[in-house]
Amino acid sequence: MFSLSEEPINGQERTMADPAAGAYVCFEGWVRNHNEGKAVTSLEYEAYEMLAQKEGNKILGEAREKFDILEAACIHRTGHLLIGEIAVWVGVTAKHREAAFEACRYVIDEVKARVPIWKKEHYNDGNSGWVRCEQCSGHHH
Amino acid sequence: MPTVRLQYFAILKDKRGIASETLETEASNPLELYEHLQSLHGFPLSAKRLRVAINGDFSRMDHPLRENDEVVYIPPVAGG
Repeated sequence: MFSLSEEPINGQERTMADPAAGAYVCFEGWVRNHNEGKAVTSLEYEAYEMLAQKEGNKILGEAREKFDILEAACIHRTGHLLIGEIAVWVGVTAKHREAAFEACRYVIDEVKARVPIWKKEHYNDGNSGWVRCEQCSGHHH
Repeated sequence: MPTVRLQYFAILKDKRGIASETLETEASNPLELYEHLQSLHGFPLSAKRLRVAINGDFSRMDHPLRENDEVVYIPPVAGG
């Protein structure tokens, strides 16, 4: 299940418990204090919720088809996040570790490439900018 | 001329200054509509950097617009 959350992501691995699982792999994306040479003070994530849910669940379904796993889940934050907070969590259970690693990698890569979620960085000089959207405009606001 | 509902996100919402609007358009598809909106509001992204969703599903920039369609332009995504 893919979901968006305005609340902090915390302790999600408990929800993945499965007596048939021999492996649990997770990925956490954290808010980093710099990007492309600029000091970042905080982030804002905005999502087109209806389509993000739909596309996120599609990706999890693809992972279940492609890899020999038991369950795959993902939570992405929205709203204002501070340095060190978890921006995205992916969890995968499987009988064996190989499929769990591969599926986890697949899910995070596809989520980053396809799910309609946008990130605005706030910098320590007071400016801010939408990541991947501002380059061609030539300036930041 | 169809009337369509637009929802704006991220940089497009910032530039437009509102999150949604309803308008009647002569544009026959999302590409023509975007080019018109871009000329009005100075959107910094060229159409080829966008995807479009119609009524909650990814669609094509040359898909015909119909009455009451909900159109959302998707700037380059940056989750994670």
